[in-house]
Amino acid sequence: MLRNTFGKFTKWRILKQLILKDIDTLIIGSIGIVSFISFFVGGVVAIQTALNLENPLLPKNLIGFATRQSVILEFAPTFISVIMAGKVGSYITSSLGTMRVTEQIDALEVMGINTYNYLIFPKIISLSLYPLIICVSMFLGIFGGYIACVYGGFSSSADFIEGIQMDFIPFHVGYAFIKTLFFSFILATIPSYHGYFMTGGALEVGKASTVSFVWTSVIIILVNYLITQLLLT
Amino acid sequence: MIHVENITKSFDETEVLRGISAIFKKGKTNLIIGQSGSGKTVFLKSLLGLFDTDTGSIKFEKKVLNDMTDKERAILRQEMGMVFQGSALFDSMSVEENIMFPMQMFTKEIDSVIKDKANIAIKRVNLINANHKLTDEISGGMKKRVAIARAIIMNPKYLFCDEPNSGLDPKTSILIDNLIQEITNEYNITTVINTHDMNSVMEIGENIIFIQNGQKEWEGSNQEIFKTDNKAVTDFVYSSNLFKKVRKLYL
Repeated sequence: MLRNTFGKFTKWRILKQLILKDIDTLIIGSIGIVSFISFFVGGVVAIQTALNLENPLLPKNLIGFATRQSVILEFAPTFISVIMAGKVGSYITSSLGTMRVTEQIDALEVMGINTYNYLIFPKIISLSLYPLIICVSMFLGIFGGYIACVYGGFSSSADFIEGIQMDFIPFHVGYAFIKTLFFSFILATIPSYHGYFMTGGALEVGKASTVSFVWTSVIIILVNYLITQLLLT
Repeated sequence: MIHVENITKSFDETEVLRGISAIFKKGKTNLIIGQSGSGKTVFLKSLLGLFDTDTGSIKFEKKVLNDMTDKERAILRQEMGMVFQGSALFDSMSVEENIMFPMQMFTKEIDSVIKDKANIAIKRVNLINANHKLTDEISGGMKKRVAIARAIIMNPKYLFCDEPNSGLDPKTSILIDNLIQEITNEYNITTVINTHDMNSVMEIGENIIFIQNGQKEWEGSNQEIFKTDNKAVTDFVYSSNLFKKVRKLYL
């Protein structure tokens, strides 16, 4: 599938439109839900950390520190990717599956079009912008933590800001973006595979979406483990 | 002209096509008929190269489909038009965009020229006031017309239709049949239609191939099908009392 996806390219004029359309659907269309989840989960992480800091000897800036570390290292890149496997992955599988069931993919093939390139390549390219979503998620996660912490009365604004600046290792952000790039490729290819090669009718489209979500999530978790082992240990 | 020689096709243990040979002539409407599950669709998809046959050969003029590379197949497919059973229109596009699509993909013409050609095709299939509608906003009959217009916009040498009348009322079915026959004669193309609609058989069946259990059981025209003694054909074609009476009267 991958060899064909990167072989015999569709006309650039058409491909450009497909990529822009996919960026709109897959990336811009996901910003809302990602922002919402990131803001509130960031807030919850900050509150949970604050509630577990019972020892008065522990400095209050640990709340900001823990929120930053959780959001940058795991929540934004991994947790959001699993959510995206449900949102974007299901969309890709069901749209390609429906095209398969309604013979639209056959119609493209009969016309002599490289359907892999026409249908899957734009999704891979548009999802390469996925790290931008993770950027938004990181920012809003920490911001949500700040709001929850400061306005919830768990620590002062100065403590929280000091915490998010404390012991900052820039490579952690790089590590998060490296993970994200791998995840974006997984998010584009595994759901595409399940949609493109599905057989049957409408019921199977639903089943394929579910199977695709499960496999995408499993692969994301496994790849997350491997990359963490390779880059952080 | 399409030459099919002794093709077989199996899926796992099941043999779906068993040594079918046939010639589909240019400028004629060639019909493939047979019961559901007889292997018609697999046969048609084999002609299109969507399924690779196990043995035998399919020749388009002198070009052998089985020996072609993917690139050669892609070039040959640009000479084909296909009308699918469910029309297979791209639901994210309007009627006009669907029809313009093959030309946008394979020609270097500017959009205004392509639009003009699409409008000629739209006119040819008698579609009125539907250019900017989405495909789910039009009726089944109109969808078939759009599919036909999309299939002919590149001036194909070969036109394939899979059950072009399925889901249509008898009157619309006949209109679609006549449209396909007119286009076949007008463009002098080789048309292959997969059907089990008896009205189509009687109306436009210039060359009919009857398939049963994956084998070619009978071949002839719509005139000859009235006279045949082949039991499998008569059982299939004259399954209704009305057709039996019509045949009696004809004979």
